[in-house]
Amino acid sequence: MLKQLSWLILLLEVVELSYILPVSKPSEGASGFTGIWRSFKPVIDVGKCRKCLLCWLYCPEAAIKRVGDDYMSVEVDYRYCKGCGICANECPFKAIIMVKEG
Amino acid sequence: MAKTEILTGNYAVAYAAKLSRVQVISAYPITPQTSIVEKLDEFVESGELNAKYVRVESEHSAMAACIGAAATGARAFTATSSHGLMYMSELVWWAGLGKFPLVMAVVCRALAPPWSIWSEHNDVLAHRDSGWIIFFAEDNQEVLDLIIQSYRICEDERVLQPVMVALDAFILSHTSMPVSIPEQSDIDEYLPTPGSRRKPFILDPDDPLTHGNLTYPEYFMEIRYEIEKSMNSARRVIIEAGRRYGEITGRYYDSLVEDYRCGDADIVLVNVGSSCGDAKEAVDLLRDEGYKVGLLKLRTVRPFPFEDLRRICSGKRYIGVFDRNYSFGYGGILHCEVSSALSGIKVPIQGFIGGLGGRDITLDDYVWVFKILVDMADRGVEPKPPIWVGLRGVV
Repeated sequence: MLKQLSWLILLLEVVELSYILPVSKPSEGASGFTGIWRSFKPVIDVGKCRKCLLCWLYCPEAAIKRVGDDYMSVEVDYRYCKGCGICANECPFKAIIMVKEG
Repeated sequence: MAKTEILTGNYAVAYAAKLSRVQVISAYPITPQTSIVEKLDEFVESGELNAKYVRVESEHSAMAACIGAAATGARAFTATSSHGLMYMSELVWWAGLGKFPLVMAVVCRALAPPWSIWSEHNDVLAHRDSGWIIFFAEDNQEVLDLIIQSYRICEDERVLQPVMVALDAFILSHTSMPVSIPEQSDIDEYLPTPGSRRKPFILDPDDPLTHGNLTYPEYFMEIRYEIEKSMNSARRVIIEAGRRYGEITGRYYDSLVEDYRCGDADIVLVNVGSSCGDAKEAVDLLRDEGYKVGLLKLRTVRPFPFEDLRRICSGKRYIGVFDRNYSFGYGGILHCEVSSALSGIKVPIQGFIGGLGGRDITLDDYVWVFKILVDMADRGVEPKPPIWVGLRGVV
């Protein structure tokens, strides 16, 4: 489903209407849903997760979301996760495994 | 009252930057630019100029610092030359293509090898297409006037592009001439308040933005076209800034070119930079002998004075273009530009190459050049490949 999304998502936000500038304001997914770049996806084994939040800390794309009442549980935002595997590499409890995309 | 002092071209640059109340200076020393930044450093140290002097390890970083300063709306200045400009090159393009209004003095010097510290225009002209407005100065007074005007031009909302002021190594940079220094209060009135610029965009930690990010082909061309629109507007802005400058100093710069006795001339020589002075003297000399010759000095190379050139050169018998630069495998860079600007106008154009690596271009050289043009016009011959003036063992 994600792969069907168009690349024609507006990259640029024109700050001043009188100039066309390569300027963007910080926003979620300014470059579109980069999750479609992924060839391996991280899958979190909730049973093994000790809520240390290292995956959240290390994720270079801020694609690990903190959820739950205490914001101490994690889940992957697959819209933006590029599948780099850093979270799986860093997890001390081997609670994240990389699964090949189908 | 303006006061007159005996200044080198480099000191004229430094005084102009001080009068413009630049806020951030970042530069790396290189012969023959060094005394510009030394003098500015003195001004900062003595408290005469309230600016941040950023010491850097290279020209590449110097331009990066100036771009950063300009991105916050500050008035930034740098100066370099030759190999320094080439080392800075990547960021020169970044400043031009990113619409960062700042001013840089470039003391034109030949590129090595062979090693040279003397004048040649290839360093500046290598950055012809980088989105910078490019001025060439003829004398030290014009150097001072151009630096000040450049801030008014680059910070104008219709332009917002960086400006390069080129001055010939040693011939201007280290030669002392009387220079009239305007009153600080006049310049304060002439230029916008330093740091007041808010366009085209301003970096502000409270309202963050990203500039120059990856841009897909769907949007790229429009951003380039925006620069071209600015360059076109700059033609008018440069003239307005020059006129207003004349009102406060008495020195009017109201055209992109200087037409020296071209009106009734049959033969016109196109030239830039310091050697225009010698060419004017040759024009006067030959006029006295009855030759109808004139000099067309280009003040700007970008934006190119296309209309002026076509207006002044049409109907002439012969046009000469004198280049203190060379594009190997083609000819003089200005010769190529002038030829393209005059396309469709039936006038023969002969290129001349001279003064490379600081070789003297003398009055006699210009008399010789004009007489060759007169002779070619009289005999009705087609232009030849560029003639190298004073080339030993060949001509």
